[in-house]
Amino acid sequence: MNDKNSNKKNKKRNRAIMRSAILLVLIAAIGYTIYNSVTAEDVSLLKVGDEAPDFVLVDLEGEQHRLSDYQGEGVFLNFWGTWCKPCAKEMPAMDRQYEVYKEQGVHVLAVNIAQSDFEVQSFADQYGLSFPVVIDKSKSVMSAYNINPLPTTVLVNPEGKVEKIITGEMTEQDIESYMASIKPE
Amino acid sequence: MEKVQCQCGHVNPPGTDLCESCGRSLTEKEQNNTLADMRYEGTARRSQTYNKSIVDKIWNFFSSVKIGVSIIVVLLVAASIGTILPQQAYVPANTEATIKAYYADVYGVPGQIYHALGFHDLYSSFWFIALVGMLAISLIVASLDRFVPLYRSLKNQRVLRHVSFMNKQRIYGKGPGNEDTMKKAEAKLKELKYNVSTDKNGLLAEKGRFSRWGPYVNHIGLIIFLFGVMLRMIPGFYVDETLWIREGETRAIPDAPGYFIESQNFELETYTGEDEEAVFGEAIERVGNVAKNYQTDVVLYQKPEDSLPGATDDMEVVDEYPIRVNQPLKFDGYAVYQMDFRLDELKSMTFALTDKETEESFGELTIDLINPDEFYELENGATVELLGYYPDFDGFDNGEPQTATPLPNNPGFLVEMTTPETPEGETSFILIQETIEPFGENQYKLSFQNVETRDVSGLTIRKDKTLPILGLGGLIFMIGVAQGMYFNHRRFWIQQQEDGTVILAGHTNKNWFGLKKDLDQVSEFASLPAYQDQQEETREQDDKKGAELT
Repeated sequence: MNDKNSNKKNKKRNRAIMRSAILLVLIAAIGYTIYNSVTAEDVSLLKVGDEAPDFVLVDLEGEQHRLSDYQGEGVFLNFWGTWCKPCAKEMPAMDRQYEVYKEQGVHVLAVNIAQSDFEVQSFADQYGLSFPVVIDKSKSVMSAYNINPLPTTVLVNPEGKVEKIITGEMTEQDIESYMASIKPE
Repeated sequence: MEKVQCQCGHVNPPGTDLCESCGRSLTEKEQNNTLADMRYEGTARRSQTYNKSIVDKIWNFFSSVKIGVSIIVVLLVAASIGTILPQQAYVPANTEATIKAYYADVYGVPGQIYHALGFHDLYSSFWFIALVGMLAISLIVASLDRFVPLYRSLKNQRVLRHVSFMNKQRIYGKGPGNEDTMKKAEAKLKELKYNVSTDKNGLLAEKGRFSRWGPYVNHIGLIIFLFGVMLRMIPGFYVDETLWIREGETRAIPDAPGYFIESQNFELETYTGEDEEAVFGEAIERVGNVAKNYQTDVVLYQKPEDSLPGATDDMEVVDEYPIRVNQPLKFDGYAVYQMDFRLDELKSMTFALTDKETEESFGELTIDLINPDEFYELENGATVELLGYYPDFDGFDNGEPQTATPLPNNPGFLVEMTTPETPEGETSFILIQETIEPFGENQYKLSFQNVETRDVSGLTIRKDKTLPILGLGGLIFMIGVAQGMYFNHRRFWIQQQEDGTVILAGHTNKNWFGLKKDLDQVSEFASLPAYQDQQEETREQDDKKGAELT
């Protein structure tokens, strides 16, 4: 009789373990699927705190700029196009603040989205830009940073991490405080 | 619940309807039935027996066929509601905020509710995925709960069944038999490809048992199919992207890291209706142009893995291929399809520098609208300098020409023309069919000559690593369906009692006609007693009663 009882208990325990295991596996699979579908849109998005993707682009003078060369210094990465009016509006302010902060280890890289040399050059001449302007001919940097609206500015701190992502036009005060925030200590 | 002991001495698990050993009815309900419920051989479905811990309660919930059917109904209703308004992929908006605004603006409050509940992107909404997941749980749990007892019971079948089991079978007969009846019946059944086992004075003949596993095989196929669909949500398994590429452009292929594609040429060919194509003449007359071929000639490049975004000097040619409809470019599990096109975007414009009065020309210059040069040297020392280029001119702002987009839809040029006669230069702003002379009347003008265009290809990039899994799931599903539908599980129980009386019973899960045909052959050969179809009898009686009542 004792034997029978313990046998029954064992059976019951095994059944509970089996059922719990099957249900857990299935619920975990569903949870994982839902998690994936909810986050599907923003897995590729760049987030604050991420490593800023390294890239190499050529400026109007033919000089190469590689992001990782600026490790230890702040990089103010501004994506723009000549057709984008707010981009044009914030350029002079960026140029003025660059004059102030370039001595303190903050670089400005203005990344144009796949326009012709002529358009970019005449724009740079018109606004008298003193920071390097690079052209992302194949839009590959744009897609690496998942840039959608223009202008978008990505602040890269001296550790090479994304400090902040700003979409839309910035005032001169904004630009001043952003540059101050990525100034090396 | 307690275990049930049958009169024959066999101890059955709680919830059993028919004794596993002899087949006697164990419940009152079964005892009152004229026919035994043979669906699960009268075994205890495990879910109906225990109802104790929380795990057991959840398990029993999913084990219910009613719950499974309810989930399917809810899914069907949700999917049909999802077709009422367009899904977000077909809405002219592409950010979360604009999509939300679109549903509110176009469809009002119902649109807002529709969006809030996730119907705008039904297959990705968490509750829809959760429901499909619950359906999967229900399939697995319900199948396990039924398959295990059924398998056990069919494996441990006894040859000798109690009379009360036999006379509750649909096919039943009783009558005197000869001495060799049992032997002859056995021989004939074996000839008809039955598996026959004998025990003392009885035999059990069985055929096509595997057809009983059909529904479970079918469910395994469905589970594999759902697993494949689940994988699609995981990055790297499934890609479906669109790429618009202009002739001459090189673009990164979306969701295919390291790969680039260059469009060299797009071509749209139509049938001429002449010579061999004369058969199309009538159709061409009726509808105008008939397309023969859509084709994009592409070059596929790959960059080394350690290459940085932006670097373009390290691309290697992988393939050159003409993409046509249904002839995609294939590489590394991806396929690039020809899906769409736009013809004749402006590419370059050619002008002639001429004297307005004498129409004397200094020759022509061509401005590349994609990558314009700054200086153009013409004949006799004349030059044209491009001061400003506005690819999509849309008016002036503070006297400054503006461009709306980077695409050359409405190009405007600010130029300075210098000739030996006008060495200090003349400025002119040139638009399509319009010239503005901002600093007074000019002596020279750029007169438009001709234009070159380029086409845009709409390509679709696809990758689907889940296809083999979906195919396997579908195949197993169909095998299960065929197994359950086209084969049937036939059984006969025959006993000869000491006084020579033969009792026979027959059962099948479907196709009773086939079963009777087999039995007729055996009866004739072994002179078995006549049998009745007890269900037909009951039905006939019911029909009679009904007729009398009316």
